[in-house]
Amino acid sequence: MNPPFFAGDRVTVRRASPPGHVRTPFYVRGQTGVVERVLDAFANPEELAYGRSGLPRVRLYRVRFRQLDLWPDYQGQPGDTVDVEIFQHWLEPAREEVK
Amino acid sequence: MRAHHDLGGLPAGPIDLTEHAKAPWEKRTHALLWLLTRRGIMTVDELRRGIESLGAAEYDRLGYYERWITSITHTLLQKGVLTTDELGRKLAEVEGREARPS
Amino acid sequence: MSHDHDHAQPHRHPPQPDEEDTTPPEYRRLETAVRELLLEKGLFTADEMRQVLERFDSQTPAIGARVVARAWVDPAYRTRLLADGSAAVAELGIDMEEVKLLVVENTPQVHNLIVCTLCSCYPRPVLGLPPDWYKSRAYRSRAVREPRSLLREFGTVIPDGVAVRVHDSSADMRYLVLPMRPTGTEEMGEAELAELVTRDSMIGVSLPRRLQTAKG
Repeated sequence: MNPPFFAGDRVTVRRASPPGHVRTPFYVRGQTGVVERVLDAFANPEELAYGRSGLPRVRLYRVRFRQLDLWPDYQGQPGDTVDVEIFQHWLEPAREEVK
Repeated sequence: MRAHHDLGGLPAGPIDLTEHAKAPWEKRTHALLWLLTRRGIMTVDELRRGIESLGAAEYDRLGYYERWITSITHTLLQKGVLTTDELGRKLAEVEGREARPS
Repeated sequence: MSHDHDHAQPHRHPPQPDEEDTTPPEYRRLETAVRELLLEKGLFTADEMRQVLERFDSQTPAIGARVVARAWVDPAYRTRLLADGSAAVAELGIDMEEVKLLVVENTPQVHNLIVCTLCSCYPRPVLGLPPDWYKSRAYRSRAVREPRSLLREFGTVIPDGVAVRVHDSSADMRYLVLPMRPTGTEEMGEAELAELVTRDSMIGVSLPRRLQTAKG
């Protein structure tokens, strides 16, 4: 399990598509963004969905993504972003991008 | 593979701005879910998972609260809060009531 | 730099009356059957169901509008609201139940838009139940991908110099947009200000009502 993240950290969302109840939207998987803020820890919805306790609670983060990174054909402004709530276990420290 | 309900970023048409007043049965469905979660009988996560498990065709075919009541019913059956038999008998009773002029 | 937001309103259909409910009867009957069985089993009472329905009816956008108006007149409240939405609305007697409220403010540089792409998460205690379009495939798909063109369908044009910031309510937070206070409202009291705050401005698909001023 990765160490906790802090606001300002660059993080990459794991690229996985398990069946089951997942609250990490498909469009951010494999994408890199910045932690906008650290939220509370919450019971894991992936487990609650099957009638289990979801404990121990999992840290939740708001991660900000640039629209220009998410969509190759984005028709908007460079400053446009999407903020998504993502659980700890879906995040990794950002991989260094090779340009 | 993207799950069927996971819609963010998919192409879609114009927004239909028509707003329908919620029917009494729809509000009652919402209240039912609220009461069941407060009683600790099911969670909103189970509701969502049940909706996501409907399958693509049903997910598209059913309206919003139709998905809710279907998911709630399946979840209660799964947990043994209701049995299929008593549900079947009650549904027949409800239909019978509606068929008889009052 | 001044900018003009396009306030042209799209044609909206009024809410349809209940008697035109076209739901196939099987789902309405299923709700009846499940509810009656649970009442017979004593899981809750008819009175409890009634009370929940009454509470839902009392939850309307007017509640959120009060919060916004308070933030407009009281800068310290605004700061608390942005730091911890749940705690700040609790000061006004609003119970966010089991979710956490996160308030995001519009500024001259940023316009906020709320969506739940995975289902329809919505801040019910401050806005009531969501409109049909918020739960629609088109809104959930397009809000994160083409927010500006979606906003134009609501009659809202965000200028190029203003960033559009979309919030996808994917887990335990629920969002309320704190719109910018309309110009020329400095003399207005809280109750009057609240009347300018629309549900749609707190979701972010439009702006608050403008103060109507006489020309000349």
